[in-house]
Amino acid sequence: MFDFSIVTTWIDQFLRTYLPEFWVLAIEFIVVGVIMLALYAVIALVLIYFERKICAFFQCRLGPNRVGPYGIFQSIADMVKMLIKEIIPIRHTDKLLFYLAPFFVVVASFLTFGAIPFGRGLQVFDFNIGVFYLLAVSSLGVIGILLAGWSSNNKYAMIGAMRSGAQLISYELSAGLSMLTIVVLSGSMQLSTIIENQKDCWYLFQGHIPAVIAFIIYLIAGHAETNRGPFDLPEAESELTAGYHTEYSGLQFGMFYLAEYLNMFIIASIATTMFLGGWMPFHITGFDAFNQIMDYIPSVIWFFIKTFVLMFLSLWVRWTFPRLRIDQLLHLEWKYLLPINMVNILIMVVLVLLGWSF
Amino acid sequence: MEAIKQLILATVPDALIEEKIQLTVTVSPEALRPVALALRNDESACFDYLIQLTGVDYGEALGVVYLLSTSLDLSRCLVLKTATTDREQPTLPTVSDIWGTAILNEREVYDFFGIRFIGHPDMRHLFLTERWKGYPLRKDYDASREQNPVNLTSYDMPDTSVKWVSGKNGIKLEKVQLFEDDDYVLNIGPQHPATHGVLHFRTALDGEIIKKIDVNCGYIHRGIEKLCEGLTYPQMLHFTDRLDYLSSHINRHALCLCVEKAAGIEVPRRAEYIRTIMDELTRITSHLLSWACMCMDMGALTAFIYGMRDREKILDIFEQTTGGRLIQNYNVIGGVMADIHPDFVKKVKEFIPYMHKSLREYHQLYTGNVIARDRMIGVGVLEKETAVSYAVSGPVGRASGFHCDLRNIAPYAAYDQVIFKEIIRTEGDSMARYLNRLDEIEQSLSIIDQLIDTIPAGPCCAKTKPIIRLPEGEYFQRVEAARGEFGVYILSKGEKSPWRLKFRSPSMALVSIMDTVCHGAKIADLITIGGSMDYVIPDIDR
Repeated sequence: MFDFSIVTTWIDQFLRTYLPEFWVLAIEFIVVGVIMLALYAVIALVLIYFERKICAFFQCRLGPNRVGPYGIFQSIADMVKMLIKEIIPIRHTDKLLFYLAPFFVVVASFLTFGAIPFGRGLQVFDFNIGVFYLLAVSSLGVIGILLAGWSSNNKYAMIGAMRSGAQLISYELSAGLSMLTIVVLSGSMQLSTIIENQKDCWYLFQGHIPAVIAFIIYLIAGHAETNRGPFDLPEAESELTAGYHTEYSGLQFGMFYLAEYLNMFIIASIATTMFLGGWMPFHITGFDAFNQIMDYIPSVIWFFIKTFVLMFLSLWVRWTFPRLRIDQLLHLEWKYLLPINMVNILIMVVLVLLGWSF
Repeated sequence: MEAIKQLILATVPDALIEEKIQLTVTVSPEALRPVALALRNDESACFDYLIQLTGVDYGEALGVVYLLSTSLDLSRCLVLKTATTDREQPTLPTVSDIWGTAILNEREVYDFFGIRFIGHPDMRHLFLTERWKGYPLRKDYDASREQNPVNLTSYDMPDTSVKWVSGKNGIKLEKVQLFEDDDYVLNIGPQHPATHGVLHFRTALDGEIIKKIDVNCGYIHRGIEKLCEGLTYPQMLHFTDRLDYLSSHINRHALCLCVEKAAGIEVPRRAEYIRTIMDELTRITSHLLSWACMCMDMGALTAFIYGMRDREKILDIFEQTTGGRLIQNYNVIGGVMADIHPDFVKKVKEFIPYMHKSLREYHQLYTGNVIARDRMIGVGVLEKETAVSYAVSGPVGRASGFHCDLRNIAPYAAYDQVIFKEIIRTEGDSMARYLNRLDEIEQSLSIIDQLIDTIPAGPCCAKTKPIIRLPEGEYFQRVEAARGEFGVYILSKGEKSPWRLKFRSPSMALVSIMDTVCHGAKIADLITIGGSMDYVIPDIDR
């Protein structure tokens, strides 16, 4: 299987032979930053197209089909529209916080995006506390949403932000605990180690029932963290018009929109990394020929296929279920998910101590 | 009948009792409340259902006509009338504490006739703004543009209301505070995705919990009743389609029936069958849209598209026969405008099994969904007494256990030819209202199934004169529209156009209970309840 670190190391060596270390680092930072930004935008565009097509098929419609063949340029056209749209200034807002809020949301999701291993050797930073880092930066987003709601000077936005605060902070717990279950199993917080440990068997299967429970809880909690239906209370179109981003227009709204789609991708990719072996191919112990064939499929493709399957699941849920009410939402978290999660993590500890995992 | 007469005469000896089409009782303003209370509280008479409350300008006097009925037997009606000759400061006693319907309807009468109701808790304008000069439905109203110029500046809505109280020294004005000082008031509407039109709820909140709802109507009021006073009967038919545009056919049917009965026009049997089938198809489209919108309000967009998809099939059938999809303009006085399309019977027959299949799909997709059930069961419970008092009929009234299906109780057109079940539930919550609609679709399909093969041959329209003059008198017609009882009241003075025409809208009753039903619920519940009530705004703002 091709290791992308060969390419990156080669570029690094090449630059170092001609330039002093400071410039090498500067150039690498810029190149990585530009690539990641471009990837960030492209993934969002592709996702928007996919979502619109998939939801159209769920609803007996065709979806976008006018701009380009099968409407594939629709989201690009939408992006152009979004970029040149006027940003309407709102009176009586807290200007600084109002303009700052979208950046918080985008920066939080971008920081998380950086830590995702897309393929073998294709990861921007790989901390030894990777899981902890993911949890820390992804929860920054809620600050942006709260600020947006508060500074808009709009009652809908305010209620949306309050709902969002309650929702994101609650579900952060479940997402964190279910990830910790896997950390217990793997004994490491480093994402590359976690993936390496799943070489023979994914954690979903290694960890028996506790891993499956953690996986399901992570999918629910992660889905809730993306603020998408049935957990779209902070936006709740039919209740709060657009929730916390009611007053935003043009590119500022575009940033919230971008972050929403990217968050969906990020949640799916973290679930892939933690439970489905990340970019690791599907291996069955003993079936060597089968494993060899699987190895021929590039790691990046493995990663994106798994992520896509999880995102499809999330779209399916979104376009089928009605929205929860705020008290039902909190009930689900505090009365069901959290206690189950706590018991689950204990079971996992016992399993690991007894050495019953695969 | 005799017992009621005795009861009225025992309360007010000088009441004028006439036996017209309905028993008509005329009393003086002072005697109104005693008679009303006696009729309401008597156990055998039990007139607890105020169908409509109509203001009338008789020329020298201003009066109010109350059409009463009883929840025991909706076919039993009584007309109560009162009038005052004071045109400068007309006052009448309120009945809003006796029948909940009167709360909004008396405000409407105040709007258009300037009659102040003594003791009404909230005597504000309902449809017009506080700045409006004159009372539009009075016969001496000055409709010139200078009187009420088009206003382009915005102004604050008052947070206070007034109450007229009669004391020892005459009538006194009291100020009423609508909200408490520290209430967090959220404007839901007039531009809001879930109000289904330009309705405005001023909602006082405590966190997410609703403390009070103040309904503001009139954003699209078109003065249809006033316009009708200047038109001939065939001309005014078009307006009925535009009241509750989702049961357009049924509304028009009501006005046609009223005029036909008054003018003594015999409608061909074929036309009656076609009208009934069309009514039921309209009811299905309306319930489908209602189901779809309710699901969308609760966040399930896919269900919305499913509902719209199946509604499209009926709209195609409509288009083929009538040329119209939403507004059909099909009924005319004396029958229907044109005969049915040759493919009509075939297409309707194809539709019936298709719809049965779709209903099963709806139940699979949405009714059984755990989130949907949690959000609907026990939410927005409407008690039967409240429903009767506020005259809430239709699927919503029947979900509270109120027998109010006029197709059964007082059959018109071809409803006496069919057997169907009146869907009654007693829970009174959003789930019951939701299920009632889906079950009523099934009953409508069964009605169509019974009629479609037996449409008699013959002409589809009776010959009528181009100008129809109704004999002097008062005429009422009540039909079962998709949202409840739709009523027409015509006061004719023998002219080619009516002296006063009033449409009784079912949606107004639905909106008037929102405050009661939503008290203590959450914002999300308000949207669910609103969806389950399924009011149509042009029906309120006639």
